[in-house]
Amino acid sequence: MKIIAFCGAGIGTSAILKVNAERALARLGIEADIEATDVAGLSVAAEDAQVILASPELVKFIGKTYADVVVIENYFDLDELTRKLEIALG
Amino acid sequence: MRLEELPDEVIVLGAHACDWRDAVHLAGDALVAGGVTTDAYTERMVQVVEEFGAYIVIAPGLALAHARPGPDVVHDGLAVVTLDEPVAFGHPHNDPVEVVLALAVTSNEGHVTVLADLANVFNDPTATRSIAQAATVGRVRAVLGQARPEP
Repeated sequence: MKIIAFCGAGIGTSAILKVNAERALARLGIEADIEATDVAGLSVAAEDAQVILASPELVKFIGKTYADVVVIENYFDLDELTRKLEIALG
Repeated sequence: MRLEELPDEVIVLGAHACDWRDAVHLAGDALVAGGVTTDAYTERMVQVVEEFGAYIVIAPGLALAHARPGPDVVHDGLAVVTLDEPVAFGHPHNDPVEVVLALAVTSNEGHVTVLADLANVFNDPTATRSIAQAATVGRVRAVLGQARPEP
């Protein structure tokens, strides 16, 4: 299982999203690789991903994908991340 | 980089920003004052928002300005700016912003620890407000030092 944490620069916000998504997955007891990436790296990174986590502002940059796009409003809200990942992966 | 040891130069309290651009500039100026970056990095942080929108507003009231590593980054660093009046960045859920963090890193690999520390601090939903209301830089450092372990 592979999950993408997506941001404009590929550092900073996507790394926070990755850290907290790992914590949410630990709560759910689900194992997955989470990769932080930027716009330039997304199409390659997302080829074999099940889920793309992104801010509402960034959804329009994702383009065509077979992955579920999960929009995260508050990157620090583990309850929101856990709830949305559970739905996407359930 | 330890959050509770940020130097005074990179913590600015009660600054006034007319708009989001101004707010990012204030945070960039704090990085420059701390010797972390040059002015070119500030402009690149602005460009990230111009290109990709207000996604840097990652939680209610909190923006994390940043750009890719580059020659304008002297060393890894973080700046904290609180605003006297909240400013809209254009985020659909998390506006207005009252605390602007600015992150600069020299490589894509080295910054994971500090971001895990930031997650530990701001996973507490009261942290942004506590920093916004801080009257002293010591208080900001104290909040940043309260990185609670993940339960």
